[in-house]
Amino acid sequence: MNYCATQAASDTAVLRSPDHFVSGSADVRLREEELRAASRLLDDTLMQTQFVVPDMHCAACISTIESSLNSLPQVESARANLTTRRVTAVWDKTKGSGVELERSLDTAGFSNFVQGADAGDTGDRLLTENGRRLLLSLAVAGFAAANIMLLSVSVWAGADAETAQLFHLISGVIAVPAVAFAGRPFFSSAMRALFAGRLNMDVPISLAVLLALGMGLYESMTGGVEAYFDACVTLLFFLLIGRYLDHLMRERARGAVASLARLTAKGGVLIEPNGQLHYIPQGEIETGMRLRVMPGERFPVDGEIVSGTSDIDRSLVTGESESIQAKPGDRLEAGVLNLTGAVDVIATSDASNSFLAEVLKLMDTAQSGRARYVRIAERMASIYAPAVHLLALITFIGWMAASGGDWKAALYAAIAVLIITCPCALGLAVPVVHVIGAMRLFREGILMRDGSAFERLAEIDTVAFDKTGTLTSKATHIAAIIDLRKDDEPLVRTLAAHSSHPAAMAIANHLGKTVPAIRLGDIREVPGFGIKANYRGRKVRLGRPQWVGEISRNAAQADPQVTTAFAVEGAATAGFTLASDLAGDAAAAVDSLKRSGLALEILSGDRPGAVRSVVEQLGIDVWSAEMTPAAKTHHLDAMREAGHKTAMVGDGLNDAPALAAAHVSFAPASASEAGRLAADIVYTRGSLLAVPFAYAIAKRTKVLVRQNFGLAIAYNCVAVPLAMAGLVTPLVAAIAMSASSIVVVANSMRLSSGGREFADELAGDGQTGSTPLARTWEAKA
Amino acid sequence: MNHLLILIPIALGLGLMGLAGFVWSLRSGQYDDLDGAAERILQEDC
Repeated sequence: MNYCATQAASDTAVLRSPDHFVSGSADVRLREEELRAASRLLDDTLMQTQFVVPDMHCAACISTIESSLNSLPQVESARANLTTRRVTAVWDKTKGSGVELERSLDTAGFSNFVQGADAGDTGDRLLTENGRRLLLSLAVAGFAAANIMLLSVSVWAGADAETAQLFHLISGVIAVPAVAFAGRPFFSSAMRALFAGRLNMDVPISLAVLLALGMGLYESMTGGVEAYFDACVTLLFFLLIGRYLDHLMRERARGAVASLARLTAKGGVLIEPNGQLHYIPQGEIETGMRLRVMPGERFPVDGEIVSGTSDIDRSLVTGESESIQAKPGDRLEAGVLNLTGAVDVIATSDASNSFLAEVLKLMDTAQSGRARYVRIAERMASIYAPAVHLLALITFIGWMAASGGDWKAALYAAIAVLIITCPCALGLAVPVVHVIGAMRLFREGILMRDGSAFERLAEIDTVAFDKTGTLTSKATHIAAIIDLRKDDEPLVRTLAAHSSHPAAMAIANHLGKTVPAIRLGDIREVPGFGIKANYRGRKVRLGRPQWVGEISRNAAQADPQVTTAFAVEGAATAGFTLASDLAGDAAAAVDSLKRSGLALEILSGDRPGAVRSVVEQLGIDVWSAEMTPAAKTHHLDAMREAGHKTAMVGDGLNDAPALAAAHVSFAPASASEAGRLAADIVYTRGSLLAVPFAYAIAKRTKVLVRQNFGLAIAYNCVAVPLAMAGLVTPLVAAIAMSASSIVVVANSMRLSSGGREFADELAGDGQTGSTPLARTWEAKA
Repeated sequence: MNHLLILIPIALGLGLMGLAGFVWSLRSGQYDDLDGAAERILQEDC
């Protein structure tokens, strides 16, 4: 459990604040309505609810969660899935409430959960329907290949004619249903391509398999000696392995990314004219409705505050972690987080035209640019497929001419060409390298959306960073203390230690090392303002400058940089300016990327002053500040026009369109949901070193993919002339195909080994351990 | 020749049993939580 606790604290952002579990009876009823709306009704009384529990890490977590849920009277069954980090609970709504389920998870120590996606979501399974079908096809092809190969080997070993014919018949009986079942993914893809007037790799594959099958049937009926049943089934088997690996990788990354928090509120609390509170889904919210937003909840739509004040976390919009204070009359965007007090708002938009919806639309348009990227395998296929068809046709015509119209011999040679050129090695070359590369990244806590991200990442020449949350951490430190009297330091330290506000924590950390704490009576935190207490009969306050200014001798600090102030009643005001900490590994990561020859730049939504300090610390020359989401996207589009390929690293919702527009993009796991969805690569350990590491792996996969293509082409150069000459018997075809596939896979495996040599390569000039980056990897190797 | 008539059906039958076993394990959700299955063997009560 210890391991779990530390792990959970380090790699997951807090998804749900503790004050979400409010105790008022009206709030519980509303929460219950919200929960039921998102659950699936199994029959009249049974509900199925999913919870995403990212902190679940080990056997103890599973049993804690399951036993605490199962001990509730209303729970019929609770099952935790460690792979997808989800808990599925089936409960009887007549016997108790769903809120108790949440409470029980909370008291079990997993307060950091979110309720699963919409009803009917199948995210609790590692394999989607598509994956299952591929795996089943793979199993059928494997079964058929093994048995047919068994029979073929005895034919090649010299069975007498009668036995050989019997074996061919049996092979045919196995092969026909096996091809019909396992070949469907290829046949349907080939059909789609042909209907669209294109050629893809699946067209020659389908053609070869079907022709070989037909020819084999004809041969075994008429008592021929050679049949290609084994070739066509093993072909399917090898290709399905590649397909399945490709699919599995995408699924795994998708599941891990999607199982993190949801960004949007799924609904809101409506205040009816008679004062009744009611939970309604987001889609039913209309402009002009009066809504109540509780502390710890996100705004479901854009709205104007009509009553109540609260601190609002707008980091989603601005990317800045400093919360703002909102009062009646302020307009706020959908998706911002209400921190401290309940507020009533009038909706100024509905769900479809809120700020959040606009950003998501912007993302969709931006993404279409990336959709134009054609994967290496597809580019190869567009050359390879026509070439193969042409070769087979030439072989057929050549043989017809040479043999004087012996169509059988000519067709045989043509089929041999199709089979021997079949892209077994090509089909495996790319997926195997990508899967092994993704596994290496996965071990370092880096998740990758799909294989094409590797290809795109290897092409980049520029890296653009967002500042907050990527280059700087959300934590802050004290940059300067203005006019604080030495005698007051213990007072400030004691007040600051009383609050968990980021500014207070920074002050407490700063002073805590040198200044002792004192006893203070009556310390109270005023949400949204600060901390106050009485000291020797005088009021003392630490917090917002205006609020502190009410009791001080002079007015509030004029410097806009001062965000926190302190004063003793009647005395002068002291001020504190805060600066964000540079993320731990930012300097090392930036250094490593620079040495790889990449251009770096910063695109920030923050003030120029704040950006400049980071720029100076990291030595990045190109930067722009105060950029809106649209400006970032335009900048990236302009870079693309200029022929640059840019990787974007960012986290906030404000970065999401830019992440989608970039050639390839990174987001930390602490990023907003939109950010994670838009990014190709999500790194979960919070270290920026993930970027140079992923870049190095991507370059390495590119080299290996090229080598594999080289091997496959070399193989074809030898095999195709043999096939055209009609020298390829089923035995030769079987050996050649298997051998080329094994060589390609063995070459790809080199990516997973050779850690030390690889670390050297990253360190540059063979100087082992010259950077923290290389040392990290060496320690792990 | 005669022994082949017995051995081949046996060989195919065994292969089919393996395939059927795999299909059953896939259908009954045994591949849904591979990480969890590895951890669950450490639990005493199930």
